[in-house]
Amino acid sequence: MENIAFQGLIGLSLAMYLWLISAGLTIIFGVLRIVNFAHGSLFMVGAYLAYTFYGQLGLPFGLAVLLSLAGTGLLGYVMERGFLRRIYHIDEAYQLLLTFGFILILDDAVKIIWGGVFKIPPIPAFLDGSWPMFGRAFPVYNAFVIAVGLFVAVALWLIFEKTWWGRITRATASDREMASAIGVNVPRVFSAVFVFGAMLAALGGAIGIPVRVVAPGIGASMIIQAFIITVIGGLGNLKGAFFSSLIVGILSAYGTLFFPVFELFFIFVIMAVVLLIRPQGLFAR
Amino acid sequence: MATPMLTTHPHPSPKRRGGMLVLLVVLVVALFLLPLVAGRYPVYLAMQILILAVFSVGFNLLFGYTGLLSFGQAGFFALGAYGCAKILLAVPNLFLGLAGGVAVAAIGAFLLGILSVRHTRIYFSMLTLAFGMMIFSIAWKWRDFTGGDDGLVGIPRAPLEIPGVFSINVSALGHYYYVVLILSLAAILAMHRLVRSPLGLTLQAIRDSESRAETAGVPVRKYRLAAFTIAGTYAGLAGALLTPLENTVTPPIAHWSTSAEPVLATLLGGVHVFGGPIVGAFLFFVIKDVIVRFTEYWLIWFGVIVVALVMGFPGGVMGFFVRERHGTAKD
Repeated sequence: MENIAFQGLIGLSLAMYLWLISAGLTIIFGVLRIVNFAHGSLFMVGAYLAYTFYGQLGLPFGLAVLLSLAGTGLLGYVMERGFLRRIYHIDEAYQLLLTFGFILILDDAVKIIWGGVFKIPPIPAFLDGSWPMFGRAFPVYNAFVIAVGLFVAVALWLIFEKTWWGRITRATASDREMASAIGVNVPRVFSAVFVFGAMLAALGGAIGIPVRVVAPGIGASMIIQAFIITVIGGLGNLKGAFFSSLIVGILSAYGTLFFPVFELFFIFVIMAVVLLIRPQGLFAR
Repeated sequence: MATPMLTTHPHPSPKRRGGMLVLLVVLVVALFLLPLVAGRYPVYLAMQILILAVFSVGFNLLFGYTGLLSFGQAGFFALGAYGCAKILLAVPNLFLGLAGGVAVAAIGAFLLGILSVRHTRIYFSMLTLAFGMMIFSIAWKWRDFTGGDDGLVGIPRAPLEIPGVFSINVSALGHYYYVVLILSLAAILAMHRLVRSPLGLTLQAIRDSESRAETAGVPVRKYRLAAFTIAGTYAGLAGALLTPLENTVTPPIAHWSTSAEPVLATLLGGVHVFGGPIVGAFLFFVIKDVIVRFTEYWLIWFGVIVVALVMGFPGGVMGFFVRERHGTAKD
């Protein structure tokens, strides 16, 4: 019994990485109507940058994470301004293909710059240690990851519901022509949203570096999980992305415990079933 | 919705057609003579190109002609490859292995197609991705049947045999080459006829305007299912041909990154022309072969090529300028 509760906590912290990456993917799809295949690669770039600043240059952890967000945000800006912006009007299959091209470039670029797998840097001292929980030792760092994820969830809710920026973004998402007619600078909103989404993915990658192995292939495996989550939650549905991150995170924590062989298969079955029965997502109103 | 950018091209003039025909005959003759003049490596490379060409021609029936972008074709490729492998390991007869692999892929594509064609656009892409990855996870995890991540090894290049009638030994690379060459050419020729048949023309009509096709009384879903099944069968044939060539099958052939190979080849060669995916398959291996001589990082160059092709798409950039002046990006 304790084991089950403990595994749930582990799943909860796994869910938070998934939430951070799928939140960015969801916001970008919700506003720009683009499925960013390269979003997992932004997660990966965030992780590698944080590793450089924290693990190699020895900067304080918080500063390293912020610098990684800035760097990945800049990369997102280049992707949106230089490339995606020019093909919004053509068939969406080509938008998918363009972001797929980004995956190929970023995957190899990371290998060229950083080499293969890197050593996991130590957990920052103030987040080290563990708390006794359900008769086991629960790492403080996992609690930190859960706290960051919940903080981002609350912050996103506040931004979108309570601020001027959030209203502008929601207006653009629901009708970009009308938003443009009332004076919203739509292209600027698009850039801002893409950069913001890229930084959310980078945050997920960056806070994972003291505990998760980051290798060049991580982008591809993260984007698949993020796709699963955004499909289950409903494409463009932020609240849905949060709850389905929890479901997928916790299910895969139990899955690896109880059904290690069929975990992956069942997650794709869930994805397909949701697409067939409720393509608008489980959490659509 | 964005304006459809794939238009049916008019047939070339009779004069150009004649020139192309001569070129094709020369090419086919050269392909048949290849093992007599070239070493093992060019022959091996030619087989890889032919296999990817079959894979891509099938993919483009779905993408270029029907307007459905599948990210799960590797699943059917793997059904063909694993199907062929299991049969050859039990019964060493290449006829059975190839036919069995193709049949498994065709049945799989038909069954998953019934579900997949319920959607179009991004939902179709996501659904095919999920189905393809289901097949990948079976290949990867069902150790007793598929060998898990080790895959299946020691698959014989068995003889083409009808017991009691004849048996042709094709275990030498140069002999197996003819099996691949003849089947690939036959498959490509069949597809060439198919896209000009009423079925092919109807698929293009559905791509250009689903509602118009529906109004004209076309059962759109049935036609899409037909295209999906044929594309899956072609993927299966490509997979089945690969198995005796490599003597092994491993799970990565089912992964979505394998699904990307026909996508790359088709983009590289061109979606609009029938021969595009074939030329693309050739370019894919030639570019890869050239790049890996200089650097192990060949994928980054493919990424650059994909980005350049998508960005430079004719009409795309022009459309951008027109829309930009009106201040909206899309819709």
